[in-house]
Amino acid sequence: MTATVEPEVGRARTRKEDARLITGRTRWTDNITLPGLLHLVFVRSPAAHAKITAIDTDEARRMPGVIAVFTGRDLADVQGSLPCAWPITPDMKAPPAPPLAVDQVNFAGEAVAVVVARSRAEAVDAVAAIDIDYDDLPVVLDLAAAAADSDLVHPDLGTNRSATWVFDSADAGTGGDVAAAIADAEVLIERTYRQQRLIPAFMEPRSVVVDPTGEQLTMWSATQVPHILRLMLALTTGTPEHKIRVIAPDVGGGFGGKLQVTPEEVLAMVIAQRLGKPVKWTETRSESLVSAHHGRDQIQKLTLAARRDGTVTGLKVELLADMGAYLRLVTPGVPILGAFMFNAIYKFPAYHFSCTNVFTTKTPTDAYRGAGRPEATFAIERLMDELAAELGRDPIEVRAQNWIRHDEFPFTTVCGLEYDTGNYEAATARAKELFDYDGLRAEQRERRERGDVVQLGIGTSTFTEMCGLAPSRVLGSLSYGAGGWEHAAIRMLPSGKVEVVTGSSAHGQGHETAWSQIVADQLGVPFEDIEVLHGDTQSSPKGLDTYGSRSLTVGAMAVLKAGEKVIAKARRVAAHQLECAEGDLEFAGGRFTVRGTEKSTGITDVALAVFAAHDLPDGVEPSLDSEATFDPENFSFPHGTHLCAVEVDTETGFVKIRKYACVDDVGTVVNPLIVDGQVHGGLAQGLAQALYEEAVHDESGTLTTGTLADYLVPSAVDLPHFDTDRTVTPSTTNQLGAKGVGEAGTIASTPAVVNAVVDAVRHLGVTDVPMPCTPMRVWAAINHRSADSGLGTEAGGGLGSLDTSGGAV
Amino acid sequence: MIPTAFDYLAPSTVDDAVRVLADAGEDAKVIAGGQSLVPVLRMRLAAPTTLVDLGRIAELRGIRDDGDALVIGAMTTHHDVRRDPLVATHTALLRAATDTVADPQVRHRGTFGGALAHADPAGDLLAPALALEAEMVVCGMDGRRAVAARDFFVDYFTTALRPDEILVEVRVPKHTGWGAHYEKFSRVAQAWSIVAVAAAVQAEDGVITQARVGLTNMSSVPVRAHAVEDALVGRPATVESIRAAAELAAEGTRPAGDGNADVAYRQHLARVLTTRALVTAVGA
Amino acid sequence: MRITVTVDGTTYTDEVEPRQLLVYYLRETLGKTGTVVGCDTSNCGACTIHLDGHSVKSCSVLAVQADGAEVTTIEGLARDGELHPVQRAFHDNHALQCGFCTPGMIMQTLDLLADDPDPDEHAVRHGLEGNLCRCTGYQNIVRAVRDAADRMRPGAGPAAERLADDSRQMVGGE
Repeated sequence: MTATVEPEVGRARTRKEDARLITGRTRWTDNITLPGLLHLVFVRSPAAHAKITAIDTDEARRMPGVIAVFTGRDLADVQGSLPCAWPITPDMKAPPAPPLAVDQVNFAGEAVAVVVARSRAEAVDAVAAIDIDYDDLPVVLDLAAAAADSDLVHPDLGTNRSATWVFDSADAGTGGDVAAAIADAEVLIERTYRQQRLIPAFMEPRSVVVDPTGEQLTMWSATQVPHILRLMLALTTGTPEHKIRVIAPDVGGGFGGKLQVTPEEVLAMVIAQRLGKPVKWTETRSESLVSAHHGRDQIQKLTLAARRDGTVTGLKVELLADMGAYLRLVTPGVPILGAFMFNAIYKFPAYHFSCTNVFTTKTPTDAYRGAGRPEATFAIERLMDELAAELGRDPIEVRAQNWIRHDEFPFTTVCGLEYDTGNYEAATARAKELFDYDGLRAEQRERRERGDVVQLGIGTSTFTEMCGLAPSRVLGSLSYGAGGWEHAAIRMLPSGKVEVVTGSSAHGQGHETAWSQIVADQLGVPFEDIEVLHGDTQSSPKGLDTYGSRSLTVGAMAVLKAGEKVIAKARRVAAHQLECAEGDLEFAGGRFTVRGTEKSTGITDVALAVFAAHDLPDGVEPSLDSEATFDPENFSFPHGTHLCAVEVDTETGFVKIRKYACVDDVGTVVNPLIVDGQVHGGLAQGLAQALYEEAVHDESGTLTTGTLADYLVPSAVDLPHFDTDRTVTPSTTNQLGAKGVGEAGTIASTPAVVNAVVDAVRHLGVTDVPMPCTPMRVWAAINHRSADSGLGTEAGGGLGSLDTSGGAV
Repeated sequence: MIPTAFDYLAPSTVDDAVRVLADAGEDAKVIAGGQSLVPVLRMRLAAPTTLVDLGRIAELRGIRDDGDALVIGAMTTHHDVRRDPLVATHTALLRAATDTVADPQVRHRGTFGGALAHADPAGDLLAPALALEAEMVVCGMDGRRAVAARDFFVDYFTTALRPDEILVEVRVPKHTGWGAHYEKFSRVAQAWSIVAVAAAVQAEDGVITQARVGLTNMSSVPVRAHAVEDALVGRPATVESIRAAAELAAEGTRPAGDGNADVAYRQHLARVLTTRALVTAVGA
Repeated sequence: MRITVTVDGTTYTDEVEPRQLLVYYLRETLGKTGTVVGCDTSNCGACTIHLDGHSVKSCSVLAVQADGAEVTTIEGLARDGELHPVQRAFHDNHALQCGFCTPGMIMQTLDLLADDPDPDEHAVRHGLEGNLCRCTGYQNIVRAVRDAADRMRPGAGPAAERLADDSRQMVGGE
């Protein structure tokens, strides 16, 4: 397939996508306008848990420009219940999830009514005129208390525990018995870690436009999953699937946050249908932060058993995972995606995992970059540092003692997963070099001896992840509601140009460029002659969309398979034209050549001949166009070694990242420019979890980090330069040899940073700092005081201290 | 996302501004650079019926030398304050603090007077104004009056401005030759100060002769650390004497507690940051 | 209220509500949808434009305040079909992924370079502190800004210089 003079795959191509994005010729959903477009604005509950006793919309209905006001009761018969596609256990408890609350609200920010008006300003004005009476119910905020069923979020379910999912290596026959390993342990590391609640905070606020006036209803949505959305809209609303077209135009980031079927999408559709008019909803940032799904939020109870010589012997993981108030699209499955990753790159002989999913009166959680795997990686990489500290040994050395050696691949883990390839030794050696590990350790010793106010800490994270979601059979065994295949088609145009149709739905990843590179090599056509079509169920009719680092390993593989079919079809026509047997043809650089002769024809010439169809072999249809679906046999397992040095100001607790170096092995690289970009962005989000971001609720269940002034997304000033490099051990689970890169940086970096923070002050008696490692928390840890005691009731100054808890937006 | 509807008036003189403000009644609000107010309006945390824009009043812009003080027009942008050579020479502390205000775009629109009149205790210009003993010249229907900085800041987002008054200009006494530093502490660059310390010090022959220390976000209003100042005068300009004096920094402060900093931590930070601000100011 | 504003070289006169934000005037009245809204607290900077030669966040300016002013948006940068050197540098250095923050980043970069034609990494990061990006981790943005500075340096070539001069004028050099 590498037949062009200079192969496209592996080349640092600048992106096709950029031309429109750097000039402002963009097609964000909110840019779309239609004749007679009406605007939706939602009334959201200020209460976290309450009965709705009365809603008075009379005044709002009379206000200028207002076309309609709907409450949950008005739409109860048509709005359906929002789908959850991942019932992780047969007995999983799932409450009804009406898009618009009917009788009861279960989190602050839940939509309770919607105003439809001729302008957005008029709709916002009318929202302020809606009067709603709430009868407060007890809020359920603390995860451990919720699990104990002290107060119930959904009394009809009889419990806050939605489901408990268990994996045990002894029961599964994939390993030994953890209880025995713990009983026999020479060293036990027992820790409880908290994965704080995060908010995906994609830059483009969500937006939906629905045009019900055509024969097919058309929805534009800022979504990662147009195909899933279309199916779910049909199943939720009863509108037949073939009467719905979903378009994801330019989408401004997702990070899992737009992997959802949202209340607003369903309601925009239902309301557009009822009024027979096009409608638009675009959220504000504060609306986004409170109502778009959140991520993470787990309590992790961990027990690691080891021998005194440093060999790990068992790992027990007990999780409580916060679902929030409802089960959204894949909410219950997110923590389960981590189930097979706590053992990570280490040869644990025994493993036990259990996770209890719990309801609280908070915004629902769901996928956020890494989904389940960052949680697992954090836990094990923190534990490995703790084990090293307990044994008084270098943390990398303890890891190396336990990790799978490069000559042991393929390796079947204690979870029964087969890791195909990897070389942890090589990545780690390169990372240490890039980082100047020995030099920084020397400086650390020197600062400690000197008693410097600023202490240096070094953190390690040697991670792997399972991505390329996913083999459909495996997803089936995990009770996921769909498969994990991906679809593609290639259309050979008579003028020699090529259209590549993909079910992957990019929202910043650069698929248009990467897919063009792959097809350019495969078909021998110029990069510029390829157009990639995606994100519209009319032009790319089949697909399972973009998440879980699956686009290259699954989506691009489907493209490659479609290309193989195109070549096979063209070969038959070419053989006919060149009057030879198909077997005599070689295909390279876009040309079919009769072996041992000068006689040849180009694939684009064949495409033209097929279009004319004047002289085709018998039984050959006049089209080279082909489609294919790819379903991987296995996950892919990128890995890498991340090293972080932080400077901790012991007087203030402030953490500054001094140096960050990482070496990732993502298999074959199609475009190094794009891969580096994915790593940088992933690192930024992982670092942000470690140091900055946290969704905080007050005692009444109000989100107090409800603006970007309070939810601290880091700026360029707050993040360091990253030193990145790669090792390459191609994956054997797909023809490309690719492993996936979208989530790697996020998964790997968080524990590297926290390990560094703890390492900087471990000599002061610190063994943990909860995330995010805020200056106050670090200072409190150093001074052995509780960080969250003595809070006043008043906020400090700043915009965030103004009261932002109102019901309206 | 969209403010409530309001009437908009853009007078071109101070006298007109005062008159229209008085006419508009108590639900009127003055908009200066709007960098705090517009977000507040968008989130409907305030709903004025009339907005009086001072942006078209030329006489409110600019910085002039007035003998022993600089006079800074209320509508002078942060950007212009930062660039002004008089400010750098005579009120280096103000220059240092203005450098830390928000971000470049906000500094292009936001104004010195607007920031003071907004009176956010986490705002970075209040403590320097207090420390430098600035005088606010305000104008209302009854004419002009001067209000000392210590009397100007009354409470959270509350000043001594009467409903019909606007802040016209600020007289900042010259502190020519004083060492100065603004030590700001926040979790991320964009965030408001958890605590910040404004310090200006005059030293002769290695001995501190005068000191001014103002604290940001240590109370509902900016706070002057008089105890620290008193302890510094006559002491050598050394790290040791500064550290000893800074131990008194949190005396009399009543900071709020929040998720980023509880009361004890804020008071601790006040001491640490006071030390650092003074050390940098004197170049010790 | 009636306002007259010159945007990307064209003068418009429109009746606007006093409460209309400049960014919505640009997007909804003029169809300048290249400038976007990312937050409601002026933190994200996605809406950055130039107002009378200086970068501002157009979500924190009322349209009526722009009466009589000159506005430049991302859509006014390319001249005669030729990208501005800053746009080109963002493309060449892969300084964008989803692209939502990009118009604001580019407009702020222009301001930053007018202020400091040769910023080091520290100066670039501080110059962009009012612009959030969720995709890139800023690394390639920083690289692009420094690359753009090189391209706009005197002697960098006639095309770059011409555009550099234009941009200096546009941001009203200091």
